[in-house]
Amino acid sequence: MTEAMNTGGNNAKTMTIIVTKGSLDWAYPPFILATTAAAMGVDVTLFFTFYGLELLKKKLDLQVTALGNAAMKMPLMGMHMAMPNIVNMIPGVDAGATVMMKNLIKKKGVASIEDLREAAIESDVRMIACQMTLDLFEFQKSDLIDGVELGGAATYMEKALKSDINLFI
Amino acid sequence: MADKTLDAKGLNCPLPILRAKKTLKEVPAGGTLEILATDPGSVADFAAFCRTTGNELIESTSDGGVYRFVIKHVA
Repeated sequence: MTEAMNTGGNNAKTMTIIVTKGSLDWAYPPFILATTAAAMGVDVTLFFTFYGLELLKKKLDLQVTALGNAAMKMPLMGMHMAMPNIVNMIPGVDAGATVMMKNLIKKKGVASIEDLREAAIESDVRMIACQMTLDLFEFQKSDLIDGVELGGAATYMEKALKSDINLFI
Repeated sequence: MADKTLDAKGLNCPLPILRAKKTLKEVPAGGTLEILATDPGSVADFAAFCRTTGNELIESTSDGGVYRFVIKHVA
């Protein structure tokens, strides 16, 4: 029953995730793990750096691309469609793939990233945006959703050193 | 008869767990929550959720593609 005590407070297990990717598909692993862990009583910190910062924008506009991704095979009419890179390079193909992915997400009852992010906020997942990345790409804190802290590598490390699980996605 | 029922049919991972956790707050300690789901992954996930959080999985059954879980709210 000691495990049962891990539902908050000082005895809670802790997890950190470094979030480095900002595409629609790669947005899922950090938010799914963060929200689920929080639901299981884990104290979660997400550190958003480089392209991961896209996931904190007030208005999400996430895309997928199959370019250079040999494993991306979308289900289509009972088959699985992989496209050659030269097709993926054509303007509009990424937009088409994004629409397809969003339709699949809806059809299969998979949560939207907006919903998962909202759930993360509701369950007190701590979100830190990398200050250096903001400076590098000339973003403002006001571009990001409320409740996000700014910090750097040392801020992350302080938390990571005390955490049970540290992931890099 | 469970104290509360959550219909999570049609929802995929991790939504059944997230909704269950939220709904569990509305169930008094010692009370039970019934969850209906269609996500086959939820069978392993509700077992893991309960083992980790200390809540008690009283029932885990399936009937015609619908999974039914009953959780006793302990923690």
